[in-house]
Amino acid sequence: MDGIPIHFYLGVSALLFFLGLVTILARRNLVYILLGVELILNAASLNFVTFSRYGGNLDGQIVSIFVIILAAAEAAVALAIVLNIYNVFKNVDVDTPSELKN
Amino acid sequence: MDSFSLSQFGAFDLALMLVILLLPLLSFVILIFVGRKLPRQGDWLATMNLSICLGLALLLFAKMLVHEEAPELAFRSAAVAGVDAAGNGVIEDYNPIWVDVIGFVVKPGILFDNLTAIMLVVVTLISTLVHFFSIGYMHGDPRYSRYFAYLGLFTFSMIGLILSDNLLLLYVFWELVGVSSFLLIGFWFEKPSAASACVKAFITNRVGDFGFFIGIAILFTSFGVLGYHELFSALSADPTAGGTLSAGLLTAAGVLLFMGAVGKSAQMPLHIWLPDAMEGPTPVSALIHAATMVAAGVYLVGRLFVVFTPEALLVIALIGALTAIFAAFLGIVMHDIKKVLAYSTISQLGYMIAAIGVGAVTAGLFHLMTHAFFKALLFLGSGSVIYGMHHHQDMREMGGLRKKMPITFACMFIATLAISGVPLLSGFLSKDAILAGALFQWMVPGSGGPAWLYALPFVLLLMAAGVTSFYMFRLIFLTFFGETKSEHADHAHESPKVMTVPLIVLAVLAIGSGGLGLTSHLGIGTHWFNDHVAAPTLDVNEPNGAFLNTRSTELVLTEDEEHAEHSSHTIAMICSLLVAGTGIFLACCFYLWRKLSAAKVAAVLAPVHRTLENKYYFDNLFVGVLSKKVIVGGLNRFLWWFDATIIDGIVNLTARITRVLAAIQGLFDKIVVDGLVNLVGLVTIVWGFFAQRLQTGRIQTYLMMFLIGFVGLAAAFFLIG
Repeated sequence: MDGIPIHFYLGVSALLFFLGLVTILARRNLVYILLGVELILNAASLNFVTFSRYGGNLDGQIVSIFVIILAAAEAAVALAIVLNIYNVFKNVDVDTPSELKN
Repeated sequence: MDSFSLSQFGAFDLALMLVILLLPLLSFVILIFVGRKLPRQGDWLATMNLSICLGLALLLFAKMLVHEEAPELAFRSAAVAGVDAAGNGVIEDYNPIWVDVIGFVVKPGILFDNLTAIMLVVVTLISTLVHFFSIGYMHGDPRYSRYFAYLGLFTFSMIGLILSDNLLLLYVFWELVGVSSFLLIGFWFEKPSAASACVKAFITNRVGDFGFFIGIAILFTSFGVLGYHELFSALSADPTAGGTLSAGLLTAAGVLLFMGAVGKSAQMPLHIWLPDAMEGPTPVSALIHAATMVAAGVYLVGRLFVVFTPEALLVIALIGALTAIFAAFLGIVMHDIKKVLAYSTISQLGYMIAAIGVGAVTAGLFHLMTHAFFKALLFLGSGSVIYGMHHHQDMREMGGLRKKMPITFACMFIATLAISGVPLLSGFLSKDAILAGALFQWMVPGSGGPAWLYALPFVLLLMAAGVTSFYMFRLIFLTFFGETKSEHADHAHESPKVMTVPLIVLAVLAIGSGGLGLTSHLGIGTHWFNDHVAAPTLDVNEPNGAFLNTRSTELVLTEDEEHAEHSSHTIAMICSLLVAGTGIFLACCFYLWRKLSAAKVAAVLAPVHRTLENKYYFDNLFVGVLSKKVIVGGLNRFLWWFDATIIDGIVNLTARITRVLAAIQGLFDKIVVDGLVNLVGLVTIVWGFFAQRLQTGRIQTYLMMFLIGFVGLAAAFFLIG
């Protein structure tokens, strides 16, 4: 562990972040978008843990635990919304619930 | 407040004066609103109020009579007299501020001296008698109560005029007198002649008042005070008012003030309203044109005597004397009994004005009083005649009324004797005093002009005295002697007691009022008037007061002058007796014995007669030339032209400029302002057209833009920062 420099961690984190972002931007399916969000959250978590490790205190790790909890809560709420959308519109396309437009 | 006592004047007397002032106003207010509902339409109320006024006035006058001190000491200014520690009457200035506008302070106050006292008695007495007389004369008139209301208003104004202690208050009451005389002259406004007569009186008076007001304004701007006594003391302390007042300006102020008197007291050339004003009810003529309103002008000139410079006094004397003689001539040719009396009034007013002009202030004011009595008697007597003649007033229809109306005849005859200057009657004493004053002025001329001008008043007044006795006896002979000349005269009857009693009272006064008189050399009378109603004097020590009239500065007669004064009385008396006798004799020749024919004389002197019949063409001058040619033809045309060309031109030009400006502004508004507004709208539309494309509603698009923005900002941060 000591041999691995910090920018590897950060690189992985950035990669995860961009993968998540691209997923959110490119995908239509709400479930995939939620997956993208999870990726971004995990990227952030990884960042926190990394800096915690190199920074010499445990604050970042505590935050990362908060992030995991948050992600769980978010996933629960978001999936419930997705399910409701599916019940109404019979699909989970992100563009479908646009009835308030115009 | 001290109690009433004969030896001192106090707050109680002031209260009395206010009661005298306000009672007629009270009867006016009551009668004008609820007069018709009162029993007898309220004539008793007005008459009772006036009688109370008369009683109080007599009381005050009696106090003045027994008062030993000089009038200046008794009541000096607007004051409540009190008592000082030593028990002497003192003056406390009681001057509540009435108007206070940036340095223009007016304090209303009451001035009560001997002149006020005697004037109060005269006014209230005549007014009371007129009230009584009117009960008979106006009986059955449809506006009976309103008539008494107007009488009340008039009396109130006149009393206020007498009591006021400053020029502004005087002016206010002066105009009130004008208004109420307007109402009374036009009382029978159904008659077109009465309606136009009251308008004529009002407008003519306006002409005079115009000058009067400017005169007041000159004095006020010079001295900054309006009260008589403040004015006089300011004048004697510094006659030039710190250099702002020159002799010429003071003369102008004097002549302008006199203009007010010319209008009110019917002096030439503003006398034209008075004969026409005879259209009013006859008792009104007696009240207004004999005793009160026309006397206001004389009163004013007498009050303000010291203000007049020698030049102004000369003007006053000449106008008065000319009025006296010319109006007297007109009295000869009139046929209407009231018109004769009207011109007689103008003539006698001329006497008074001339008397003050020649410096015989006391004589003028004395004549004012005596004339008030005998002229009111003449007017009321003529009213009685007219009433008996069923409202016919042409003397050619009368004649022989002596037996039918004995009381009226006796009273009018007494008045005629008095006005003609028959010895021992009041008119003789006062007229003689005036003539003596005029003669003295001739002997010792003033400095206001060439000496021969100072001879004129005496000559003219002496002639007028003869003419006066002539036309007055003509009136008597035509009315009461000879044979009846019409049905109305046949059926004439004596008037009721309510009308004859006032006549008798006045007749007694016409005989006896001279007893207050001033001709001490006759050894009769109390010469109270002479001692106590002296001309106000100025105590001028400064050399720059030289332009004031010497009569009002301390007058010290040289031995020659004193001799002249003595002889002037004797000469004047002899002369006036001679001319009066001649006048009476001629009247007898013409109208009683019929030795001479008036018609033949008129034919011989046709041009003169025509001029007189046309009243010296004054009315033609005013109506035909001044009114039609100058005002309607010239002035109005010029004003019309001015209005149409200049005023309308300015208005039109303004309108045109406004229109052009408005057009420019409109263009600016349309192009620039509206353009900007539209531009903003257009920009918004165009921008919105593009911007709405961004608002897709898709989260991913927004997120994309956010990302682009973030990257852009990061790039900028790294590149620049």
